[in-house]
Amino acid sequence: MALHKLTLFELQRKFAAGEVSAAEIVHAYGLRIGQVEPKVRAFVNQTKDHAMAQAVELDRRLKQWRKTELLMGMPIAIKDNICTEGVPTTCSSRMLQHFVPPYDATVIAKLRKQEYLLIGKTNLDEFAMGSSTEHSAFGPSRNPWNLQCVPGGSSGGSAAAVAADECVAALGSDTGGSIRQPAAFCGVVGLKPTYGRVSRYGLVAFASSLDQIGPITKDVRDAALLLGVIAGHDPMDSTSADVPVPDYTKALVKKHLRKLRVGIPREFFTEGLDPEVEQAVTAAIGELKNLGGEIKDIELPRTDAAVAVYYVLATAEASSNLARFDGVKFGLRAKETKDLLDLYMKTRQEGFGPEVKRRIMLGTYVLSAGYYDAYYGKAQAVRTLVRQDFEAAFKEVDVIVTPATPTPAFKLGEKSEDPLQMYLSDIFTISVNLAGIPAIALPCGFSRAGLPIGMQVIGRAFEEETILRVAHAYEQAAQWHLKKPPIR
Amino acid sequence: MKIAREQVEHVALLARLRLTDEEKDVFAKQLSQILDHVEQLNRYDTTGVEPTATVIGQVNVFRDDEVRPSLPVEQALANAPDREGDGFHVPKIIEER
Repeated sequence: MALHKLTLFELQRKFAAGEVSAAEIVHAYGLRIGQVEPKVRAFVNQTKDHAMAQAVELDRRLKQWRKTELLMGMPIAIKDNICTEGVPTTCSSRMLQHFVPPYDATVIAKLRKQEYLLIGKTNLDEFAMGSSTEHSAFGPSRNPWNLQCVPGGSSGGSAAAVAADECVAALGSDTGGSIRQPAAFCGVVGLKPTYGRVSRYGLVAFASSLDQIGPITKDVRDAALLLGVIAGHDPMDSTSADVPVPDYTKALVKKHLRKLRVGIPREFFTEGLDPEVEQAVTAAIGELKNLGGEIKDIELPRTDAAVAVYYVLATAEASSNLARFDGVKFGLRAKETKDLLDLYMKTRQEGFGPEVKRRIMLGTYVLSAGYYDAYYGKAQAVRTLVRQDFEAAFKEVDVIVTPATPTPAFKLGEKSEDPLQMYLSDIFTISVNLAGIPAIALPCGFSRAGLPIGMQVIGRAFEEETILRVAHAYEQAAQWHLKKPPIR
Repeated sequence: MKIAREQVEHVALLARLRLTDEEKDVFAKQLSQILDHVEQLNRYDTTGVEPTATVIGQVNVFRDDEVRPSLPVEQALANAPDREGDGFHVPKIIEER
């Protein structure tokens, strides 16, 4: 089998057994990227030459002694809002087009310690604000299953790169669904960990109370493996949790779901749901029952408030976080400005794209004098109600299963002129971020047009093991993850 | 909620964003639409409900106050759009009388 088709688990085993060298791995991925990247455009910046130099050095050292870490020699793609020392980190924005971080994000330091190979930085909606990668300052990425369709967003480059076998695995970030929605659109696995499970140090902040870094992979086992590497407490992130990291692969041992209660929230199966998605997810729920799961109807009555809460809180936090881009210490600075205020205003006019400006405007508005209580305060209170819905549901069930998205991938340009329609495409993923709990998206079928359909498994805080167990049992029974996109 | 063009201009100044006339018109319309959607939050009674600012329970995370190396000057200045000596060069801030 061609090397680029292997999972992380399979490729690592071959490498550890000495059956394949790091240089051969990078060479294979280089060829694959050369073939498909002109069509997919998953990367903002390819680093395969640097990866090759590292691989050669790794192989030379390994001739003398053989000791391999999980990620050693593994070509991994990183979303371009995660800081990589010495490698540009642009957030797909003109503002940071030439920014080279002087330090690594904590997740990157952990990968580097295992001697992973950075194969490239992936495209995103500018500053992770969007659901299609169409808001990238460097042009959109494409869905490997249908090049006329978006890969989803904001981690669309990472999901497309994994789906098109341009890397063995990737990291993304998820503020309102930005890992799970593109994973669903591209037919791969995407996991958003519990808030605080993975350090955010070195992730360019969008909405700090919601952002989490997580893995995007070819199957559930790989997600468990990669999460195990990046999870854990970090003194550099005061919101990271001091909770022990289990061996997540132990959760994959049980192949059945006996004694496990699976909640199905009726609010997720309403009129906006595409019939083909409904059919696929309903069939998947049937499979969970066959595996021994106890299926229960539950209610999450405040689900329809989630999008409104999110677009108040996330934009408010963004307007504050993005105030740092002022043209003074790093990033773009506008030329020919007459005073300091002019420098700020012109720099931000030139550096930010339309979606980022729109969100900064909305966030500034909801925080401004006279509107704070009516919008920001109200949204924070309704966020509490959304959390309480999940708390009540998790007294009765162990996991909650929903569609990951209301529709399969949409066409480029279809929603880009209507911000509200674009925001509503995240309706099934957003409430999970508001509650700070973990969720995984994985393929559960295909539309008649051949586009992947994703389902979402949601768990209690710090119970990533439970959602991995459910996802893995389903995946192994259904085998959707073995289908590959037609691109070559 | 109808957002007037003047409000857009006021908020843009607060956000330190210069907008074109076209952007002002588009944002006035789009922000009005989005805020109309947000109005539905008023359907929920939140009397006595504690607001959620963060989902984690921990407060006041402390660490030992120990001296550690900081970012070297050259690295800190490596991304500067304009520098002078060991500092960031910016336009004059204090006005002349």
